[in-house]
Amino acid sequence: MSDLFSVIQYYFTFDFVRYAFLVGTLIALCSALFGVILVLKRFSFIGDGLSHTAFGALAVATVLRVSNPLYVVLPVTAVLAVLLLKAGQNRKIKGDASLAMVSVGALAVGYLLLNILPASTNVSGDVCGTLFGATSILTLSKADVLLCMALALTVTVLFVVLYNRIFSITFDENFARSMGIHTGAYNTIVAIVTAVIIVLAMNLVGSLLVSALVVFPALSAMRLFRSFRGVTLGSAVLGTLCAAIGILGSIILSVPVGPAVVAVNIIAFLLFFVLGKAFNR
Amino acid sequence: MPYIECRDISLGYGGKVIAEDISFAVEEGDYLCIVGENGAGKSTLVKTLLGLENPIKGEVVVDSYISKNSIGYLPQQTDFQRDFPATVREIVLSGCIARYGKQPFFGKRQRNLAEENMKKLGIENLKNKCYRELSGGQQQRVLLARTLCAAKKLLLLDEPAAGLDPVATNDMYHLVMDLNRQEDITVVMVSHDIKAAVRHSKHILHLGDGEMFFGTAEEYSKSKVGTRFLNSDKCGRCEE
Repeated sequence: MSDLFSVIQYYFTFDFVRYAFLVGTLIALCSALFGVILVLKRFSFIGDGLSHTAFGALAVATVLRVSNPLYVVLPVTAVLAVLLLKAGQNRKIKGDASLAMVSVGALAVGYLLLNILPASTNVSGDVCGTLFGATSILTLSKADVLLCMALALTVTVLFVVLYNRIFSITFDENFARSMGIHTGAYNTIVAIVTAVIIVLAMNLVGSLLVSALVVFPALSAMRLFRSFRGVTLGSAVLGTLCAAIGILGSIILSVPVGPAVVAVNIIAFLLFFVLGKAFNR
Repeated sequence: MPYIECRDISLGYGGKVIAEDISFAVEEGDYLCIVGENGAGKSTLVKTLLGLENPIKGEVVVDSYISKNSIGYLPQQTDFQRDFPATVREIVLSGCIARYGKQPFFGKRQRNLAEENMKKLGIENLKNKCYRELSGGQQQRVLLARTLCAAKKLLLLDEPAAGLDPVATNDMYHLVMDLNRQEDITVVMVSHDIKAAVRHSKHILHLGDGEMFFGTAEEYSKSKVGTRFLNSDKCGRCEE
């Protein structure tokens, strides 16, 4: 046990490990908070679709050799998120089908572009990293860390300040509108924040695994807690804890960060599922 | 001056008209039931009164005394609400948002208001229960308590008895009637149940193809369209 502790202590003497840990847990916290809204609004699939599109945007940015791909990926994903949430409300357009089309298309075109115009010698290595988040979080620069932290803190503060309105809109949008809440504006905020979270979370777990970070903590918390506040707090704590354990585990066992974090989330879900069955009979 | 007055309004979506030339007024203390077949535009009319939708033609005049913040709206329940993880208290309290300005959190005044309305509707003992574990009738009481937090003058209820069993339905109608008579709250209710509507309400607005009717409940039961709908459960072929 003390061996394990000293291994962790040793790794934490490195700046990049500390950065990775800090950014990773913060990202997990925001994903878990907004995950509650997305799951309750039945928008879970949007996270998945957005991350695939973000992969396409990242490929375009890489091929164009943009100095910081975030400047391309973030706006593209945000615009798509707004369009998708709007389409989800309009029953005439088949939201899920159009999303499937866009997300798969973005994956394919992105991979094609990377192969036709390779930006490095190891295309498949790069792609694997982007999809499953192999190393990117360990190679973050100080500027990236600061940007991630600023965004993550903004998102968290936004959630806390808007908490009551978010609850009202998530539970009953029509009623919220009748009270004079500008639900359209809030939905746009939720869409943009979702895009920001997805793009940030891609650094941690890679684009294929992003929705796990968004969906798992909320679903686990819902097994056990029966109030909205309980679910929100539970999801936030659980998401952060799972990310922390996952990152530490990946360092100790030298396995990729993304799958490790998701695996911890799966275990937590099973645990909460059993606990929920035991307590809420 | 009436609380709400509609002058020759037409309703519809995307250029398609679903109801035309609707004129009526809601006075203080009134109990108006809006009846008619499915798709006649009842829910759309309620949304129009709230200002959530615009009429295609005509105008809706809402008394400035009533304004947006003193109207309480009870929308139809959506499927996903039925298993929403929230306590009764959280849901009732969310109706108080209309009563706070820019501050982000609820204060003592809002909490007391929520408490008071839970007491009024007899759901105080359920306040820490999870919404999804309640019966349909209890859920509807919770939503009504939330609506009462939003407004004291005027309630717009969209099928409050939808999906309830006969006992809970009756219970709901009496609750609304008590609010109207004892608390002096003006009620506008969309209903499928024409018989109950005639029994409980003061005025009836009937929407439908070329059979618009607006008048007192008594006049409605004597009118041509009223008698036809009131007797619609009597099947001509089964009678001896």
